[in-house]
Amino acid sequence: MSPTNPMNRRKDRIDDLAATSGGTATLVREAGTVDEKPGVSLIASAWKRLRRNPVFLIGAGITLLFVVLALVSRVIAPHDPAVGYLIDQVRPQSNPVPGPQPGFPLGADDAGRDLLSRLIVGSQQTLIVGVFATLFGLAGGMVLGILAGAFGGWVDALVMRIVDVLLSIPSLLLAFSIAALAARPSQLTVIIAVAAVQVPIFARLLRGSMLAQRHSDHVLAARALGVTERAVVFRHMLPNALGPVIVQSTLVLATSIIDAAALSFLGLGNPNDRQPEWGQMLGKAQTYIYDYPHLAVYPALCIIVVALGFTLMGESLREALDPKSRR
Amino acid sequence: MTATATTPSTNRHGDEPLLSVRDLRVTFTRQGEEPFTAVDGVSFDVRPGQTVGLVGESGCGKSVTSLAIMGLLPRRGNRVEGTATFDGTDLLRLGSSEMRDRRGRDIAMIFQDPLSSLNPVVPVGLQVTEVLERHRKMSRKAATPLARDLLKRVGIPDPDRRLKDYPHQMSGGMRQRALIAMALACAPRLLIADEPTTALDVTIQAQILSLLKELVQETGTALVMITHDLGVVAGLCDEVNVLYGGRIVERGGRHELFGQPRHPYTNGLLASIPRLDAERAPLTPIPGSVSDNLPWTSACAFAPRCSQPVDVCTQRTPQLEESGSRALRCFNPVGGPR
Amino acid sequence: MARFIIRRLLQMVGVVFVLSLLLFFWLRSLPGGTVSAILGERATPETRAALTKALGLDEPIWVQYWKFLTRALRGEFGVSTGVLPGTDAMTIFLDRLPATIELSFLALLIAVVLAIPLGYVSARRANSPLDSGLVVVSLVGVAVPVFFLAFLLKYQLSVEHNWFPVSGRQDNIGCTRVTNFFVLDGLLTREFDCSASALKHLVLPSVALATIPFAVIYRITRASVLDVLGEDYVRTAESKGLNARVIRGRHVLRNALLPVVTTIGLQTGGLLAGAVLTEQVFNFGGIGNALAVAFQRRDYPVLEVLILAAAAIYVIINLLVDIAYAVIDPRVRTR
Repeated sequence: MSPTNPMNRRKDRIDDLAATSGGTATLVREAGTVDEKPGVSLIASAWKRLRRNPVFLIGAGITLLFVVLALVSRVIAPHDPAVGYLIDQVRPQSNPVPGPQPGFPLGADDAGRDLLSRLIVGSQQTLIVGVFATLFGLAGGMVLGILAGAFGGWVDALVMRIVDVLLSIPSLLLAFSIAALAARPSQLTVIIAVAAVQVPIFARLLRGSMLAQRHSDHVLAARALGVTERAVVFRHMLPNALGPVIVQSTLVLATSIIDAAALSFLGLGNPNDRQPEWGQMLGKAQTYIYDYPHLAVYPALCIIVVALGFTLMGESLREALDPKSRR
Repeated sequence: MTATATTPSTNRHGDEPLLSVRDLRVTFTRQGEEPFTAVDGVSFDVRPGQTVGLVGESGCGKSVTSLAIMGLLPRRGNRVEGTATFDGTDLLRLGSSEMRDRRGRDIAMIFQDPLSSLNPVVPVGLQVTEVLERHRKMSRKAATPLARDLLKRVGIPDPDRRLKDYPHQMSGGMRQRALIAMALACAPRLLIADEPTTALDVTIQAQILSLLKELVQETGTALVMITHDLGVVAGLCDEVNVLYGGRIVERGGRHELFGQPRHPYTNGLLASIPRLDAERAPLTPIPGSVSDNLPWTSACAFAPRCSQPVDVCTQRTPQLEESGSRALRCFNPVGGPR
Repeated sequence: MARFIIRRLLQMVGVVFVLSLLLFFWLRSLPGGTVSAILGERATPETRAALTKALGLDEPIWVQYWKFLTRALRGEFGVSTGVLPGTDAMTIFLDRLPATIELSFLALLIAVVLAIPLGYVSARRANSPLDSGLVVVSLVGVAVPVFFLAFLLKYQLSVEHNWFPVSGRQDNIGCTRVTNFFVLDGLLTREFDCSASALKHLVLPSVALATIPFAVIYRITRASVLDVLGEDYVRTAESKGLNARVIRGRHVLRNALLPVVTTIGLQTGGLLAGAVLTEQVFNFGGIGNALAVAFQRRDYPVLEVLILAAAAIYVIINLLVDIAYAVIDPRVRTR
């Protein structure tokens, strides 16, 4: 065969190719690795999987029930939670806690107030503590995080150092310390104490994920394509940085309710119990816990179920929003 | 080292196949999803000392084939059918402990990404000696000089120091050499290399390939080379199997296949390689991707991307037809029917 | 490595310094200020003025801080007003520290010993009924308020069944004190019944205290093992035909436990806070107990020393954990 034979030329070429090994030959396209449909955003694909995740559905179901209960509690509670209907049955020495009786299926507390009504109406204040503690924590964290992120340099260093120091105090201990500052403890001081603990956590989280976004390939690509800074921040950085914040918020809803109970237990909670709250009810029940454990068990069960609901929701959200698990 | 090691290289191709894969079929079954057949009736032979290539784009089933032979597919979520006879035993029917005894001793494997394939918290030396400890029942102390010799043989300079190094302290090429040393530690009769050069720099790729070539010739180890890179195949393989959509579409000796490709897919792969002397032939990529595939059950999977489809291609399943040393699965081959 | 440790030590000094600043201002923002905190609301203006002068509160703020700092460095935090009125706050801390170390150590031990194997098994059989059950248990574990669980255990096992002592650290059987670690003391003096009694008192509080660290460590272990099982190097180990035992220990766990080590360090902070609640329920007499009483009775000298000490302990433990991490992870060690 002559060297001009096309067939032979091709063979020679392969041999040459083999000598230099690969390189250009790797141009044979790596096809078929992309099976994700284009245009499906992180949120949309997360939702698609969440809709069928039983863990998420249980968590979301509990949360929804809890919120609805809190909203309609005043209407469906059989009695006024602040009125001591059974006060004449209360004998501080012999019978401090009236038992179940017609019209009062769970009995009353040590002030003769209907326990069931207090549990039902308690959902309201519990929700308020959870939501506001989370919102305050988030707001504080955002201020610090954006301050650090926006100014950078020594402001960033200083803010983050302070955040690190706050994080170096065990969180519940910090909540106790802040609650102890209150001259007149109230629901608000409880919320502030519980929220303050979350501020450094949210600050770190926000700054960290914004920073990670700033250096990520898709933000660099958007910049390189000439997308305006505003659009980069709002369309590319914030939505992707928001995922961890949403997840953390759901988890904080749970911990703040539990932490509020711990504050009440130590006598740092809201002393005014005309408006019942589960953590407060549980904290105060310690006085009678060995003789009338049901006073503690009912609010504790409520807290556990609701905290579990928030946690289940948060954990399944975390899983769904984590791009690593999108296999 | 096995007896084949002493066989002269000119006479390496024995008649009895060392590994004989017949009708290998791997189906992935995940809850709530359609079962997906990644490997669909693949058959091929590897003779002692021979180097056989499995070539195709990612997703064609070449890696799954090798993992199935090695028994390394996840325990759940897949179904493996067919046979893979190695030295008279069907590997696919072996219990997990019997397979464990053979892996690393009779059959070894090299993977694509040398960094992620090495344990980051264990010194490289120990990752070599542990194979000898396991299969040769040696003490670590006795295995260490052997490990050093192995590192030296795969071209790692200063092997004494490198034994104590961790993978992150080595370069990419050196890591791949270390992986090769681990695979060859017990002088296996069959080595499966899954894209061993893809993650490496071009210059390092050439070095690793020539090292592999040298080692298999020296020791008489049979080699199954899995790659998407035709350059690798051209330099190394005696026989080449081209896979598409989980089935072999063409088989032939290296020179026959590259000199006279008959399947349009093989032809397309060759035409998409840039050439320096290409004043006439423009670079022609294969259009589309694996996601355009038709099901093999009622058509030729490659038909939508084919440069010369005929009506029958979308109506019937083409069969793999053997003629001599070659095999072809096509209704309208390049260069017309024979 | 040495540079890493020195840098971390300097960081730690910085953290404790800023912490002292925060603590200083925390004390100054107490309701009614330090004077009211010490004298109470009903003090006469004269005594207030006298104490203000005696405490140096009329001096510039930076002088006050300097005095506070030097005092704190000498361990002089003042005299307890609520926990043990009249006793030096530092003495209270030192007396009670062993109890809390004993309790926290046992709790952490229980948590780690249970969480790591269960986390591994869970990951190995991901999505099996066993795995799902354990995940649910760990989620419930985090949702239960610690002090409620402590009460529940105490009520069921001590009050109702009398299997465990109700409160305290040891029965009153005339034990010799050496280190104030009661279990250790019993072993040192060969008063083994003392050790046994101390252990019996430790069981319930440490189990209650262990729940949250257990849940957290279990879930980190599970996630980490799941990650590692999908790594290429585990497949490589399998391809070498290694024994299951070697693959589990050398290739899976050695990698999977690295993040777990850090988590264990972070849990010590939660243990200190949890000890406040559990010690209170079991009247255990450690620093947690003292903290709870100090919070209730607003005993500021004791709060000062305990909070600073708790944070310092937390920071030191995490420094040690970071060093340990660097030692076991060659990627950090050999940099």
